[in-house]
Amino acid sequence: MRKFLSGNEAFAEGIRLARPQVISAYPITPQTIVVECLSEMVEDGSLSAEYVHVESEHSAMSCAIGASAAGARAFTATSSQGLLYMAECLYYASGGRFPIVMMNADRSTALPWNIYGDQRDSLSQLDSGGIQAYAENAQEALDLALMSYKIAENKKVSTPYMANLDGFVLTHTYETVDIPEREQADRFLPPYETENRIDLENPRNMAFSAGPDTNYIFKYKEHEGVLAAREVITETEKEFAEIFGRKYTGLIENYRTDDADYIIVTLGSIAGLCRETADKLREQGIKGGVVRIRYMRPFPNEEIAASLRNVKAYAVLEKDISFGNEGTVFTNVNSALKKAGVNVNGYNYIGGLGGRNISASDIEKIYRDIANGTESVNFIGIGGEDIG
Amino acid sequence: MANKTAESISRDEYFYGHKACAGCGGSLAVRAALKVLGQNAVSVLPAGCMSAVGFNFPQLCFSNNSIISTFAGTASMLTGVEAGLRARGYKDFTAVGFAGDGGTADIGIQALSGAIDRNDNIIYICYDNEAYMNTGIQKSGLTPFGAKTTTTPAGANIHGNIRPKKNMFEIAAAHDIPYAATASVGYLPDFIAKVQKASKIEGTKYIHVIAPCPTGWGVAPDETVEIAKEVVDCGLWYLAEYEDGEFRLNHNPKEFTSVEAYLKKQGRFRHLTDDDIQIITASRDKKWEHIEKTFQL
Repeated sequence: MRKFLSGNEAFAEGIRLARPQVISAYPITPQTIVVECLSEMVEDGSLSAEYVHVESEHSAMSCAIGASAAGARAFTATSSQGLLYMAECLYYASGGRFPIVMMNADRSTALPWNIYGDQRDSLSQLDSGGIQAYAENAQEALDLALMSYKIAENKKVSTPYMANLDGFVLTHTYETVDIPEREQADRFLPPYETENRIDLENPRNMAFSAGPDTNYIFKYKEHEGVLAAREVITETEKEFAEIFGRKYTGLIENYRTDDADYIIVTLGSIAGLCRETADKLREQGIKGGVVRIRYMRPFPNEEIAASLRNVKAYAVLEKDISFGNEGTVFTNVNSALKKAGVNVNGYNYIGGLGGRNISASDIEKIYRDIANGTESVNFIGIGGEDIG
Repeated sequence: MANKTAESISRDEYFYGHKACAGCGGSLAVRAALKVLGQNAVSVLPAGCMSAVGFNFPQLCFSNNSIISTFAGTASMLTGVEAGLRARGYKDFTAVGFAGDGGTADIGIQALSGAIDRNDNIIYICYDNEAYMNTGIQKSGLTPFGAKTTTTPAGANIHGNIRPKKNMFEIAAAHDIPYAATASVGYLPDFIAKVQKASKIEGTKYIHVIAPCPTGWGVAPDETVEIAKEVVDCGLWYLAEYEDGEFRLNHNPKEFTSVEAYLKKQGRFRHLTDDDIQIITASRDKKWEHIEKTFQL
């Protein structure tokens, strides 16, 4: 069925198909529409779930952990300050190996207050132990919602999953979206089964303490779980394509990278404009390409290195800054290249903070600047002739 | 009454082999409550004394399903556990939380308020040892006036804690909770009866049990029960219930024992001056005026 939906609405449709059993809901702009949609689905009976009106984001994730520990499929959603407020629980969920799915509407973090999109909220939580996916459009958002549980609940993975949608640009933008049939979705995603749960027949102690002797073993296993998602994501996307006919490309999506001299590595909804710009520049003889990172964790080390191996220069364009250093995506990309022995010129472009628009001409300038060499870390719209 | 309880209570142990301090009132409360609730109790305990002493992998001390929550998340995790088990079709279980005074009255009060507001079908038991004992005796919102803690030193200028205990029982009741009660491990049959009663009531139940910490209070390990009795007998604590919108006093001492004697037995109060004791006695009398006015006696 095809419908005209916003990113938030599309994601909620995907969650309806995934049949979560417990939803903990707390509003925050620009995520709120997701929990509103889900409440309507529960009300009209099209989604059978315990809908819990929690009193904070901390409780939203804490409740989801409790539900997951009870063996139930759990969902919550948040954004920005809410994500930071629940941060303690993110580590808790991943340490406990609870495959909770959460949608995060990527939004700027205070101060100054700002409700618009950037990716500083989710990227600040890269070390919290969960899988992190970044959608580009509403269709991908819906499809991630459905695939997320299958990936997170895989026994080799058993890790929480954060699906990120760019605030407003994706959460509030309408597109035509194909909604899979219920019967297909059920065939794709069976009910959640786990042994990592409260068991009334065989009681257990969960979420316990582990001292220095054993703690690191649990942490190593947690790391293995996130790494295992690499393969599981590929398998899951293959099965998804067989049932629904839509193909996804794993941890990254390459666009005209095979013969590219200059590549922009980016993530989220800005990737479309990068592709258009690459096309335009190719008409002018500049061979541009785009690598869109779809998963920040597990990180696509090998994939990125393979795509960038033969370029003359690359830029990492991200809506993020680790103050006093550089964008975190840039740090991660550089590490991938270093490990793979790839030595090409790379530049960091920080843009879109607090929802500031990144224009086609900004992107065109990136391709041209990196061809000539520029500063290591550049702020779009700040410095030089662009200063406003 | 005590004998009857001793005869009828389960001999099964659900919290056994832990490493709590000798004379720990909190572990006594947890042990007794789980004996009442039995095998199908699912307990949630936040970071704090009981989780620190009971959940050290591979030495795990609960023989019912038990899980540690975040410090602030006892009630919210209880909500999730209860909803999750219900969503999976289970009916015969009791979701019960055991949080200390700091975990309840300070960092966990928001989540507790949320759970009561939703009327989630859980029992929340606050074992109140009147300070952050697990971290080494720091003041909490339930530390009484005058108590010396490691963050409220007793010096020449300030004589320990300058604020009275938060009234968690009436805070819980103000949510119009189906059932709330106060208790003390000094009156164990009363506590056990309240846990039993709570287990039969639908919706949120809150039980606030005084559970002395000999280490933090400065009493001998074999004085826990006695001092927990005395706090009731001298009128600084009381045994009461809130049900159907009414407060009811369960135990009305005809005559209070000495407040001073109660205080002076404990290392944490030994520095108090006569004036300090007068303030404490006056606030006790004011509290009882309130009880006599608003509680069914």
